[in-house]
Amino acid sequence: MRLYWRNGWTLIAFLMFAAFSIPLFTIIGKLFSPPGDSWLHLKNHLIWIYFKETGILLFGVIIMIGIIGVSCAWLVSRYEFTGRKYFEWMLILPLSFPGYIMAYAYTGIFEYTGPLYSFIRNSTGYESGSYLIDLMNMQGAVFIFSISLYPYVYLMARTSFLKQSMVFQEASFLLGKSQWQTFKKIALPLSRPAIVGGLALACMEVLNDYGTVKYLGIQTFTAGIFRAWFSMGDSTSAIYLSAILVLIVFLILFLENSQRGHQKFSSVITSSNNLMMRKITGWKKAVTFAFLFFVVLIAFVLPFLQLCYWSWQNLNKVMDMSFIHLLFRSFLLASVSSILIIAVALTFLYTLRITPIRWIKILCKWSTLGYAIPGAVIAIGVMIPLIRLDKWLVQLMDMHGTLLITGTIAGLIFAYIVRFLAVGYHPLESGFEKVGIQINEASRMAGANSWKTLIKIDLPLIKTSLLAGFILVFVDLLKELPLTLILRPFNFHTLATKAFDLATNEMIAEAALPSLVIIIVGVIPIILLNKLIRTIQV
Amino acid sequence: MKFSIQLSSSLLLSLLISISFFYSSCKSSTEEVNIYTHRHYEADQQIYDRFTEETGIKVNVVSASADELIQKLELEGSSSPADILITVDAGRLERAKNKGLLQSVTSSILENNVPDALRDKDKMWFGLTKRARVFAYSLDRVDPDQLSSYEDLANEKWRGKLLTRSSENIYNQSLLASLIHHLGEEEAKIWAENTLANMARPPKGNDRDQVIAVAAGEGDIAIVNTYYIGLMTRDQNEEMRKAVDKIGLFFPNQSDRGTHVNISGGGVTRYAPNKANAITLLEFLTKPYAQSHLANINFEYPVNKEVESSPLLKRWGPFKEDTLHLSVLGENNQKAVMIFDQVKWK
Repeated sequence: MRLYWRNGWTLIAFLMFAAFSIPLFTIIGKLFSPPGDSWLHLKNHLIWIYFKETGILLFGVIIMIGIIGVSCAWLVSRYEFTGRKYFEWMLILPLSFPGYIMAYAYTGIFEYTGPLYSFIRNSTGYESGSYLIDLMNMQGAVFIFSISLYPYVYLMARTSFLKQSMVFQEASFLLGKSQWQTFKKIALPLSRPAIVGGLALACMEVLNDYGTVKYLGIQTFTAGIFRAWFSMGDSTSAIYLSAILVLIVFLILFLENSQRGHQKFSSVITSSNNLMMRKITGWKKAVTFAFLFFVVLIAFVLPFLQLCYWSWQNLNKVMDMSFIHLLFRSFLLASVSSILIIAVALTFLYTLRITPIRWIKILCKWSTLGYAIPGAVIAIGVMIPLIRLDKWLVQLMDMHGTLLITGTIAGLIFAYIVRFLAVGYHPLESGFEKVGIQINEASRMAGANSWKTLIKIDLPLIKTSLLAGFILVFVDLLKELPLTLILRPFNFHTLATKAFDLATNEMIAEAALPSLVIIIVGVIPIILLNKLIRTIQV
Repeated sequence: MKFSIQLSSSLLLSLLISISFFYSSCKSSTEEVNIYTHRHYEADQQIYDRFTEETGIKVNVVSASADELIQKLELEGSSSPADILITVDAGRLERAKNKGLLQSVTSSILENNVPDALRDKDKMWFGLTKRARVFAYSLDRVDPDQLSSYEDLANEKWRGKLLTRSSENIYNQSLLASLIHHLGEEEAKIWAENTLANMARPPKGNDRDQVIAVAAGEGDIAIVNTYYIGLMTRDQNEEMRKAVDKIGLFFPNQSDRGTHVNISGGGVTRYAPNKANAITLLEFLTKPYAQSHLANINFEYPVNKEVESSPLLKRWGPFKEDTLHLSVLGENNQKAVMIFDQVKWK
C-alpha cells in the first residue's frame, strides 16, 4: 500500500519540527566555526578525564539502577505481601528529588556538623574526618544518581510487567518453570524495550546534570562544557564538547534502538486478565519487605527528613507571602509548559502513527534530541534565533529597544519544549506501541477520519501514557535549572532557581524549604501516576 | 472523549490564566533600573527596597552566574534590557569590559567612594564590597607563627595538610591570577603544583566545607573567603558555630605585598536603557547605608573608607591588602585556569 503522506498532520509536524529544531541547528552551525583558543588545551589536558569519568559514572549508574529498578518492579508487580500497595508508590518518590538537592541532603546527613555525626560524636566521641561516610567522590556520585534515578527504570519495568500478556507466563508456569526462570526467560526479555528506555532516560539525566557533579567534584562532559564556556569564556569549545556529548547520546539511543532489533513488541492480545499475585510468606516475605523498605528509606525518607530538619530550623527566615507567590508561579509555569509539551509530542507521534514513513520518523527523532544537550547549551541555541526574530519583529512593528520574546515566559516555554520534548515523547511512544496500530486502521477503514480516530479511539487508549508523560514532564520542569536561570524574565523566580540561589550562596539549610516544596509538589502527581498504573491491573 | 474534552478545556483555561497572570506582572512602571547580578544575598534585596523607597525607581533583578549573564548580554547586544552588571569578582567585570559590554561612567560620588585600586581605569566598573582570601587554620594543631604567605603553602612542611575548593571556583582562579602577576607564570605553575601536592584531599566542596574539614581534623589549613567565616559564626546550627570556634584566621603576606583581596562590583552596561537610574543605583550602593548593611549582614568589607566594618571583621583586625590593580585578575584569568588544568588541580 502506498502511503499518502501529504496530509495536514505531516504539514503541522513539519512546521513544528522546523520551529523546535532551530536551536539544534544553531548549535550545529556553530560547530563549523573554527575552534576557540582553549580547544588545544582542553584536548591535551582534560578531554580524556571527561571521557573516563563520564564513562565510569554512566557504567556504575546503569548497573545500579538496572538492578534496583527491575528488582523492585518485579517484586511489587508479581508478589502479594504486607505493605506492597504502599511500596508501589513510595518507590517512585525519589523521582521528585532534584539530584543536586539529594547530594546536598546526603552530605548534610553525613557531614561533621550534621545531626547524625554530631550525635555520634557528642555521645561517643567517635570522629572520622569531615564526613561519617564521604560521598564527595565517584562512588558517592554513583550512589546519589542511582537512588535518584532508579525510578525511571522501576516505572517503565513495572508498567511493562503489568501490561504483559499473561499467556506466556502462565504457559511457562504450566510447563513447570519456576518464578525465577519465568522472570529470566519470559518477563525480562518482553520488558527489555521498556527497561532499556528507562535506562536511556536515566543516562541522559546523568549526562546533563551539572549541579550534582559540580558539588561532588566529578569531571563529566557537562562539567567540562561549563568549564570551557564559563571559566575559559570559550563558547565554541563548549559547543565542540557538547557535540561529543551528543555523539555519546546518539550512541546510547542507537543501542536502545538496535537492541530492539526488528522485533515488534506490540502484543496483539492485551488480555487484561492479570496473573494471580503470588502470596509470599516466611523469610521470603521478610527479605522482600526489608529490601524494599531499605530502598525507600535510603532513596527518599532519610534525605527527606534531613530537608525537613533544615526547613524547621529556618522556617521563620524563609516563609512569607512571597514564598506563596513563588509556589504559585512555579506550579503554573510547569503545568502550562507540560501540557504544551505533551500536545507537541502527541502531534508528532500521531503523525508518525498514521503516516509511518521514514522521514517523518527522522523528524520525530530529531525533535527529541534537545534532551541530550545540556540546558545551558540549549539556552544559547534558543537565544540566538529568538533575538534575531525579536529584532525583525521590532523592525516590522517599528518599535524600538525592547526584546519581545527573549526574556519572556513565552521564550522560556519554547526552550522547555525544545529541551523536554523527549520526556513526554517516550511514554506516549511506548503507549502507542502497546496499543498496536490495527485498531487505528480499523477505525479509519470504517470511515472515521484521523481526527475522530485520535479523539475517539487512540486518546482514550493511551490515557495512562498521556498522564504518565505529563507527570514526568511536570516533575522535570519543576526541578529545571539552567534554562530557567538564563531565560527567565526580570524578578522571576521558580522554586528551583530560589533553592539554587540559596544553595550556591552556601545557604543550604535555607534552600531546604523551597527544595522540600519541589519534592512535595512532585510527590502528588507521583501518587496520581501510581493510581493510574494500578488501573492497568484491575 | 470525556477525557480529551477535559484535557483541552484545562489546557485552554490554564493558558488564559497564565497569559493574564504574566502580563499583569510584566507591566512596567516608568522609572526603573534593570540589574543582571551574580550576587544572591538576602541583604541585597533589602538594599534595593530601600533604594526604591528613597528614589521611586523600581529595581528589576535577574540573578545568575556572571558568565551566564555576560553570555546573555553578548547575545542580546544593543537590545539588552540590562542597565547594570554586578559580579562577585573583578576578573569577570574585566572580561565584560573587554567584550565591550560596559560603558564608561563619570560620577564624582563613585570616584570618591571607591578607592583607585578597586575600580576600572576607564571608569567602566566599580568595586562595591571587598572580600579577602585568607587561611582558616586549626587552633589545636597549627602555630600561627608557622604561617606566613601564600607562597609558603607550597612548602613541603604542609604535606597532607591543606584544604581548598575546586579550581572551577573563581576565588581560586583570581588568587592564582594574582600570583601569576607577582611570581611570573613559571613560578606560579610550580606553586600550584606543589600546593596541590600538599592537599589533604582532592579539592572539593565549597568554602564552608573546607572550614568544617579543618574542624574535623581532615586537614590543618583551609584557603577560604572571609565572609563565609562571618556567616558561619551566625549559623542556626550550633555544631556549625562550634566548628568555627575551633579555627583561627590568618591574613597571609602581611610582611610583604599584603593579603589577596577581590571585590564584588558592578558597571553600567553599554546599551543601558536607563543609564541615569543605573548610575544613581551604583552610587547608592557605595553610600554609607548600603555599605554598612552589606558589612553587617553579609560580613563583606566595605569599599567606602568612611564606613566601618562589622564588629566581627574589626575583631579580626586591620590588615595589609595587596594593592595590585584588580583588572590584572581578569587579564590573567585564562592563564590561571590553564595552569590549574595542567597541574591537574580539579
